[in-house]
Amino acid sequence: MSHDHSSLFPEVLPAEPEKATLEGKNKFFGQWFFLGGETVLFASLFGTYLALKNSTAGGPSSEELFGLGLVFLMTMLLLTSSLTSVYAMYHMRNNDYKKMVLWLGITGLLGIGFLVCEIYEFAHYITEYGFSFQSSAFGSAFFALVGFHGGHVLFGICWLTTLLIRNAKRGLNLYNAPKFNTFSLFWHFIDVVWVFIFTVVYLMGKVG
Amino acid sequence: MSSIAATGKRSFGSFLWDYLTTVDHKKIAHLYLAGGGFFFILGGLEALIIRIQLIKPQNDFISAGFYNEMITMHGTTMIFLAGMPILIGLMNAAMPLQIGARDVAFPFLNALSFWLFFFGGILLNVSFLTGGAPDAGWTSYASLAMQSPGHGVDYYILGLQIAGAGTLMGGINFIATIVTMRAPGMTYMRMPLFAWATFITSVLILFAFPPLTINLFLLMFDRMFDTAFFNVALGGNTIIYQHLFWIFGHPEVYILILPLFGIFSDVIATFSRKRLFGYTAMVFATMLIAFLGFMVWAHHMFTVGLGPVANSIFAVGTMAIAVPTGIKIFNWLLTMWGGQVTINSAMLWVLGFIPTFTIGGMTGVMLGSAVADYQYHDTYFVVAHFHYVIVGGTIFGIFAGLHYWWPKMFGRILHEGMGKFTFWVFFIGFHLTFFIQHFLGLMGMPRRYWVFLHDQGLELGNFISTIGAFLMGVGTIVFIVNIVYTAVKGEKASADPWDGRTLEWSISSPPPYYNFEQLPLVRGLDPLWIEKMEGDGTIPPGEPLDDVHMPSGSFIPFLMGLGFFVAGFGFIYQTDNGLWYLALYGGMAFSIGCMVVRSLKDDFGYYIPKEELQKALEGEAK
Repeated sequence: MSHDHSSLFPEVLPAEPEKATLEGKNKFFGQWFFLGGETVLFASLFGTYLALKNSTAGGPSSEELFGLGLVFLMTMLLLTSSLTSVYAMYHMRNNDYKKMVLWLGITGLLGIGFLVCEIYEFAHYITEYGFSFQSSAFGSAFFALVGFHGGHVLFGICWLTTLLIRNAKRGLNLYNAPKFNTFSLFWHFIDVVWVFIFTVVYLMGKVG
Repeated sequence: MSSIAATGKRSFGSFLWDYLTTVDHKKIAHLYLAGGGFFFILGGLEALIIRIQLIKPQNDFISAGFYNEMITMHGTTMIFLAGMPILIGLMNAAMPLQIGARDVAFPFLNALSFWLFFFGGILLNVSFLTGGAPDAGWTSYASLAMQSPGHGVDYYILGLQIAGAGTLMGGINFIATIVTMRAPGMTYMRMPLFAWATFITSVLILFAFPPLTINLFLLMFDRMFDTAFFNVALGGNTIIYQHLFWIFGHPEVYILILPLFGIFSDVIATFSRKRLFGYTAMVFATMLIAFLGFMVWAHHMFTVGLGPVANSIFAVGTMAIAVPTGIKIFNWLLTMWGGQVTINSAMLWVLGFIPTFTIGGMTGVMLGSAVADYQYHDTYFVVAHFHYVIVGGTIFGIFAGLHYWWPKMFGRILHEGMGKFTFWVFFIGFHLTFFIQHFLGLMGMPRRYWVFLHDQGLELGNFISTIGAFLMGVGTIVFIVNIVYTAVKGEKASADPWDGRTLEWSISSPPPYYNFEQLPLVRGLDPLWIEKMEGDGTIPPGEPLDDVHMPSGSFIPFLMGLGFFVAGFGFIYQTDNGLWYLALYGGMAFSIGCMVVRSLKDDFGYYIPKEELQKALEGEAK
């Protein structure tokens, strides 16, 4: 074997380490296309929700259920986490591994904060209102849409944790930079989806 | 690493292990063709059972319940487990070679796609052995599926969910490949039509499969976890299922046909020894068909009662698709016009396709008229229509593609005599089976009915139809014999047996595992033909000779598929017995664990030293 893999670990990283190799470029594009598919996935769930949101079957309606205070807090947590992941990518491009890890860590913590609020919200609906996945078509559609999003957040946190642990002692290189970048793209995406959920489910649920 | 390159006799064990761990697009193509071929035979047997049941009035060859399972499994198998996998197999075999790439963008994901398809298909068919297959039709409308007793429909949900995930990954993989890995000089508008078709089909897969995913989830939640999406008593609405299904389902039929449009274009250009007529128009017609394909789903739902405005819009949209399709038909005819046409097996399938598909397109426009559709809806007219386009397009195209690329894939040329025999028997059998069904439908015979009655004028038509189905069976058997014969005694293929025009014919048959020693330099559309006419007949290199980076093989894709397979049983049976949660959580944990292992373990691939490539180049020069 005449060739080793030293080209993945250069002394000085190029300007865009996430797209410097063919594999990195592939991951970058592949993730974008995947998110295109995810958009349609969530669009299907939004469509289902809009069709069923008034089918309460005698149970509580969206006006009675939703409290905008908690949802506002969740929105702030998730929007901020998107910003912190941008900072992390900024530091990645400056080859500042420590600061990247710091901001990614904050991103993850904000995500966990969001999830805790969401779990509290769901538990509250189920115990206080008897509003569950099974109670009405509205309930099914609500928990499917918001739950799918929550599942994505959970997956993102697990993904980030694995990445941070695996690369804790390795620093940045051309092999793992694309991995951090694809995570960041994914994280922005679930943030954008949340903006739509906030608008379509919660705001329109309060005024509709 | 060099053991992969080693040829000669190997034990069966190492052969099997090679295929279980391969990430090479050419071997994955073999796997897809074998898997898809197996399910094609299975789906064909189901079709024959349907036709035997309908050979005479009030026949009792099979029970009504089993008949429902047969029509459901025939449709589901042919579309998801035979048609698409064989197409994806051909894409894997030819597309990277056509654009001058060494592999697809994500070789590991490519293997995972295959194993998910494979285990999904097996899961679906296990239902035959465990108390009944799905029986709510291939569309599995919620109103019917919710009422289906037993676990048949649950198998449908889980099987398609797993197989569908694999297809979605395959789509993303092909798009990324074409965006980033085209050879130097291979601009988008120099790609062969099949590469274009792969690209556009993959975009369709990317945007069409998520609605199916969601739809299957909703049905799964309703059937297994007591939710209320389709439970009208709790405010549910079953029409949502129909919409989501056809938002997926209509693009799906274009997923099944566009790759074949690509194959036909390449085959016609090659065997007419002429540049494809109207290349640019062909590319944009393909895009337009794909775009319009997303705009017409409700023409499957004209009789649901969406109202005259919605019906009219969808009717007009549907008929508009005839325009780009017409462009294609005329361009194919004009490519042959004035060309030096060779008529061999591959070309026969193309020539058979053009009139057949045109008839199917014509009945499509008839069905697209919302008013008339109230008469045709759910009759044999619809059955005849979609078999004319899917068999006449997809299956004819698959046969054309197999004859065309067989030498490239396996290094041997399929036997011409048997190839032509297969074509004529299958072609005649096909028209015998389905032409008459237009009239059966117009006479009012509904689809999906177990029996028909005496003295309604339906006897002769159904009898002829059944005879035709058997002729198609004979054609398929001869094709299988042809494959076996070719493998044993077939004529060895040169690198370029058809006097080809595109890059895949510039390398040996079958190609080395790294495809190109040096990435080719492309100087225009039909690059090989340009070099034959204006150069020395060989493709100039587009890069200096250097070590080639290759991905390492992996057993993880197989294991991940296996994990989801086990979890599938857990999902299906947890409603009966809580112990099945062990399978559910165990299988999921296993697959996700495999994913974590894949993520934690560095996989840098390996390099082929340039000395080895140099030797190969010198060998070719001799």
